[in-house]
Amino acid sequence: MLPPRFELHRPSTIEGALELMARFGDDATFYAGGTELLVAMKARVLRYAHLIDLKKIGSLAEIHLNGSGGILIGALSTHHQISCNPYVITHFPGYAALSENVANIRVRIAGTLGGNLCFAEPHADPATLLCALNARAHLVSLKGRRIINISDFILGEFSTAREDGEILTHIELPPLPHGARAVYRSFGQQERPTAGVAVVRTPHATGPEWKIWAGAVSSRPLELSLVTEAVKGVADTHVIDQIRVQSEVHAETLEIHDDAHGGADYKRHLISVLARRAAEDCLS
Amino acid sequence: MSTENKYPMMQISFVLNGKACGTTIEPRELLIDVLREKFQLTGTKRSCDVQVCGACTVLVDGLPVSSCSTLAAEVDARDVQSIEGLSQHGQLDPIQRAFVEHGAMQCGFCTPGMVLAVKSLLAQDPHPNEETIRHYLRGNICRCTGYVKIIEAINDLASRHG
Ligand SMILES: Cc1cc2nc3c(=O)[nH]c(=O)nc-3n(C[C@H](O)[C@H](O)[C@H](O)COP(=O)(O)OP(=O)(O)OC[C@H]3O[C@@H](n4cnc5c(N)ncnc54)[C@H](O)[C@@H]3O)c2cc1C
Repeated sequence: MLPPRFELHRPSTIEGALELMARFGDDATFYAGGTELLVAMKARVLRYAHLIDLKKIGSLAEIHLNGSGGILIGALSTHHQISCNPYVITHFPGYAALSENVANIRVRIAGTLGGNLCFAEPHADPATLLCALNARAHLVSLKGRRIINISDFILGEFSTAREDGEILTHIELPPLPHGARAVYRSFGQQERPTAGVAVVRTPHATGPEWKIWAGAVSSRPLELSLVTEAVKGVADTHVIDQIRVQSEVHAETLEIHDDAHGGADYKRHLISVLARRAAEDCLS
Repeated sequence: MSTENKYPMMQISFVLNGKACGTTIEPRELLIDVLREKFQLTGTKRSCDVQVCGACTVLVDGLPVSSCSTLAAEVDARDVQSIEGLSQHGQLDPIQRAFVEHGAMQCGFCTPGMVLAVKSLLAQDPHPNEETIRHYLRGNICRCTGYVKIIEAINDLASRHG
């Protein structure tokens, strides 16, 4: 089906894109891979007279090393580009693997990380692991630049802290501490994940620290901080089972809803299973 | 309802199945409609219209895209390959031949998209293992469920030398 008519603008600079947005206001939206936007426009759920294509702004699709082991991912990088990027594969293999498992090959080739985060469809993968990795969103508008944590960026279903005139330019992954492992596991019967769990294990002098986030089960990714507390000081030989049990206990307290992907009980169960599997991968 | 178009038209030029071509489009036009209606290339099939089924797959710069959800404006200055461009001088492409030899089609509706996805996979990785093949084709659905023959055909191609 054809979307309603619009004009397509293709600025080559960030300033150009911001000025177009300031000029057209509510009649305009940014356009990246279009994998969410065009479907919503075809279905007449969204309607804009002006699409501002960000893909001609080359710098927004670059992936750079940032300090020792950190990386800066341009928001226009596609899931496919991220999954093949040598820096991501070397420093965040768990995130490269996640990107390789988003959707299908065509959506990975067109869809961008920035579009995924800005659309904030809860049944998504990247935000969950990005929260666990303390990733940060870099935003720019005519008023200036700001940086916020991804955990503060995603506010809820289709809702983010991004203001209308702001462009998400980069996602910054701070370096993982030496010896730390980050793993993401997801499960779904439909196109998008029913549940996804990110686990980060960081060695410390006092014993390893485990951080666990669950996503797709609620309107935004949630941290299972009680699990972190409960498994403090537990030896690796016993920790896996503890993580499974404690994830189940914490998941009971979370606001999780029934939806087309499954009942809340089922999703709580998935969280504990996926947490166990991801924790096992961290130790393997 | 007014059907008048107050938005500017766009000129695009691209390479289609090896030949330079151009056309004038509305910004909202989708690649699938330009291929099927302007160029009469009806091998590209519309089905789910939401990037799930893979029937409308074409290759842009060698990579698979869903032509049902890609603006035609996106292919300006790029290389597009549809199923019609695969055979050379009346000879089927080796992928097409393998599909025929293995009976890897039933109704045939998913076949153009399936063959083009395999074309892209084998260009990147000429000898994929079965896990890689299954992963790559996850988004190409065969509602006749003829997957076994399809995987057999690709395994055959992947095990060939050269
Ligand atoms: C069939 C299908 C299956 C999918 N499966 C999965 C899955 O398994 N896991 C998963 O995580 N996701 C999944 N997705 C979602 C997919 O990852 C997103 O559709 C894609 O990443 C969105 O990026 P885009 O570039 O296409 O965004 P667009 O559609 O171009 O844009 C989406 C929204 O974000 C805004 N926007 C985009 N970029 C910016 C920017 N840089 N700054 C400000 N605003 C911006 C746009 O204005 C628009 O409102 C699936 C999607 C489809 C269609």
